[in-house]
Amino acid sequence: MTEIVMSQTPPILHGPSEKERKYDRQLRLWAASGQAALESANILLVNSGAGTVGAETLKNLVLPGIGRFAIYDEAQVEEADLGVNFFLDDSCLGKSRSQSLRDLITELNPDVQGTWYPNEGVKTLESLLADSPVFTAIIYTHPIRLDQLSQLKAYGQQHKTPLVAVHSAGFYSYFQINLPGAFPIVDTHPDETATTDLRLLTPWPELVAFAEGLTKDIGGLDNFEHGHLPYVVILLHYLEQWKAAHDGKYPTTYKEKTEFRKVVQDAARTGNPEGGEENFDEAAAAVLKTLVPPSLPSGLKEVFEYEHSDPVEQRSGFWLIADAVKQFYEKHQCLPLPGKLPDMKAQSKVYIQLQGIYKAKARKDAAEILQMVQAAPGGERVDPAEVDLFCKNAAFVKLINATGGGGSSSSSKISRADRLKSAAALEFANDETAAFTLAPLSLLPIYLALQATAHAVDKPLNADGILAVVAEQAPGAEQNERVVQAAQEVARAAGGELHNVSALTGGMVAQELIKIVTKQYIPIDNTCVYDGIVARCQVLRL
Amino acid sequence: MTSTEVHPASEPARWVYLDRIRTRPGPSTNPDVFSPEAAAAAMETMKILVIGAGGLGCEILKNLALSGFKDIHVIDMDTIDISNLNRQFLFRQADVGKYKAEVAARFVEKRVKGIKITPHNCKIQDFDEDFYMQFQLVVCGLDSIEARRWINATLVNMVDEDVEDSYKPLIDGGTEGFKGQARVIIPTITSCIECQLDMHAPRAAVPLCTLASIPRQPEHCIEWAHLIAWDQEKPFPQLDKDDPEHITWLYQKALERAAEFNIPGVTYSLTQGVVKNIIPAIAATNSVIAAACCNEALKIASNCAPALGFPEANYMMYSGNDSIYTYTFKHEKKDDCPVCGQLARNMDVDPTWTLRELVDSFAARPEAQLKKPSVRAEGRTLYMQSPPSLEAQTRPNLDRTLVELGLEEGQEIAVTDPAFATVTFKFKLKFKQ
Repeated sequence: MTEIVMSQTPPILHGPSEKERKYDRQLRLWAASGQAALESANILLVNSGAGTVGAETLKNLVLPGIGRFAIYDEAQVEEADLGVNFFLDDSCLGKSRSQSLRDLITELNPDVQGTWYPNEGVKTLESLLADSPVFTAIIYTHPIRLDQLSQLKAYGQQHKTPLVAVHSAGFYSYFQINLPGAFPIVDTHPDETATTDLRLLTPWPELVAFAEGLTKDIGGLDNFEHGHLPYVVILLHYLEQWKAAHDGKYPTTYKEKTEFRKVVQDAARTGNPEGGEENFDEAAAAVLKTLVPPSLPSGLKEVFEYEHSDPVEQRSGFWLIADAVKQFYEKHQCLPLPGKLPDMKAQSKVYIQLQGIYKAKARKDAAEILQMVQAAPGGERVDPAEVDLFCKNAAFVKLINATGGGGSSSSSKISRADRLKSAAALEFANDETAAFTLAPLSLLPIYLALQATAHAVDKPLNADGILAVVAEQAPGAEQNERVVQAAQEVARAAGGELHNVSALTGGMVAQELIKIVTKQYIPIDNTCVYDGIVARCQVLRL
Repeated sequence: MTSTEVHPASEPARWVYLDRIRTRPGPSTNPDVFSPEAAAAAMETMKILVIGAGGLGCEILKNLALSGFKDIHVIDMDTIDISNLNRQFLFRQADVGKYKAEVAARFVEKRVKGIKITPHNCKIQDFDEDFYMQFQLVVCGLDSIEARRWINATLVNMVDEDVEDSYKPLIDGGTEGFKGQARVIIPTITSCIECQLDMHAPRAAVPLCTLASIPRQPEHCIEWAHLIAWDQEKPFPQLDKDDPEHITWLYQKALERAAEFNIPGVTYSLTQGVVKNIIPAIAATNSVIAAACCNEALKIASNCAPALGFPEANYMMYSGNDSIYTYTFKHEKKDDCPVCGQLARNMDVDPTWTLRELVDSFAARPEAQLKKPSVRAEGRTLYMQSPPSLEAQTRPNLDRTLVELGLEEGQEIAVTDPAFATVTFKFKLKFKQ
């Protein structure tokens, strides 16, 4: 039997620091690594329009401790601001909105630095962009002047900075993330139930030997031992028996698997005082879920098939590891083992040994991949911890904006204007059949109506004015009844924000920025539309 | 379609954005219930109650103040802890230890002119129906299922079919990490919190024998320290989960246990998380869910757009882990809801169980979740938790099986719990074959 030596450094016996206590509830979501990323980020908010959705976004970034932020806002505080924006009060009337917002938002967290523009030294957005250290991400709110928008876009392109456009008016809002290139995420935090990977159909020698050791005299085990065999071991034992009776083949079809499940269920002892065995119940329940041959998940497939057009990107740690994992997959026809063993009824010692066998195999796979990485040019610079993380999460690695960045696939050549037209055609076609499919109706009409007012800086558009712009961007859509209604609803707000809708949107935008900055969880790709009348969101790729 | 005229109630320049929406109909506004002239004015005198001044509560108070509500009450018994500061944005370092309701109310009153916020630093159970009757709307931002069930049962009980004002819409929000939900309940008309209870099933408890003899996970070691070692050694008279010294004691015990069994992964943070059942929480998610709730409050109060619960969809689920996904749907009212339904709810039981096994099973059942149940059947008292004399009298029943007690397939039992004094939970026994 394999002897596993556990090396466990005794942890230091002190309580959490002041900072760990303050951030405890979020460290449980993104850990110290995510927090460090957040604290080194520098965010610019270009605030225009009614100005609340930007302030609410910043609030939700300052509280968890974003490193620095800057606000660029040319407006003076007016009476109308005080009815919608919580980070302005009566004493701010007539003053610079950016300065007032900076003051009342930095109050939320003494760890965060905030600056405001335009000021005496920096008078325009152009000079701010030219003179500042590089921003981690830029948020801008609609309606925005066209010249400022092109300055931001040029900056985003030059510095590869993610840009987030946000528009909130009345009951409607949307935001759109423009990532500078393909955006891979390794630490995607999948649901724990999805991550079980036991390799029962491709067991390796140590695992086979361990299972055989425990089950070679399964009939002779006493009730306690029999009732504490880990379900992994039970399944491996009866799979061997099944193979022997079925020409060396595993149960593959649904019918075979249910037959196999019956075999496992019937093997439980029922003459004991409990009248059954929990571990055999667990084994039977695991049959359909765990007896699956190794396969390549779609997210990782996209990574493997991605074609680079940017040589700098190609030499990044992520892509070097991805290439190595691909090599590994081609060689072994499976991904590196994540190595996590779910809890199951078992004696402590047996479970810990089994856990050790999974961990050892995971370490071995990761070491092989690290070797492949290091053999590639530039690979010696890659952090082994990054390789470990990739191996643990390989099945859940995700590529966002795969076609919008440096990729050379044909869809990246489609212009944004054409993409909007085809999205409109598709969404409206879906709506035609929604009554039968019971699918929710598209929120694209809201996007079209809001987008039509994206640069209505001086004067809000009426419904007809909005529809005229829609007709240019998505010809024919202006005839759609739901687009007409959305235009009327946008006109009702006349550029004004509802606090709730802006607070909700500011919450979503902050979540997305946290995901992008920490490179954890999965950001939207790439537009999220919110309808505050039906209380619903839709994510569209536009 | 859109009328151009705005009908402000007060300070038209300040509330211009809000008045454009709440006093002018849009394409979805129901003209039968919406009155452009009355909408803003009605909200000036409306009384609204906020339950909870924590992560959601701070946001809710801000949102209601900026939605045109002028007379707001808030109840919260808690004081401010340092771990609140990453999201409860009305509190500062210097406020640690003060009452949440008090500090939150003063802050919002100071920031938004013309608003009155009355704080109540106490439990919701400290008030009776007369108190709750004064409000037109209740918005909940709680982390406790039990408090939600209590206010839900209270509001359902208050309904008098002949009195329109006795229907108090309840808007409830909840979050966990990047996820959350917002729902609207019109007592006795739409599905209530109790109808939806099984959507919030308690986490399965680890069997005691695992903790006692075959631990495998760091959590098992921590629960062992918490549930077994503490009781054996009583290092302090009473466990205070907020006292770092107590947590440190549990942490060290758990570490020793883990070393004995070679189990990796016990940390201080995990110990605290398991013992206090900490749910991760961030500002951004609270912002989303609180605003979703208050958006419904504005719609209900002004009728300027259709709200959840009137009568179609009443529940919005939100998830931000993997992209953004919302699911807005109608949760159906249940006829066998112990609070708002008429029928007894089916309950699978084993006839060979003792009454003790039945009583103990109520806590973990998703459809019951009762910690201190007392049980009656057809006028007979089978077991009472209190008073002590009755408890002693009925205690011998605990060791008798359901069959021995004369219970039959299909029989109704009535269960009460001190946490929900006004509710009798009716269950119909279904014997397992």
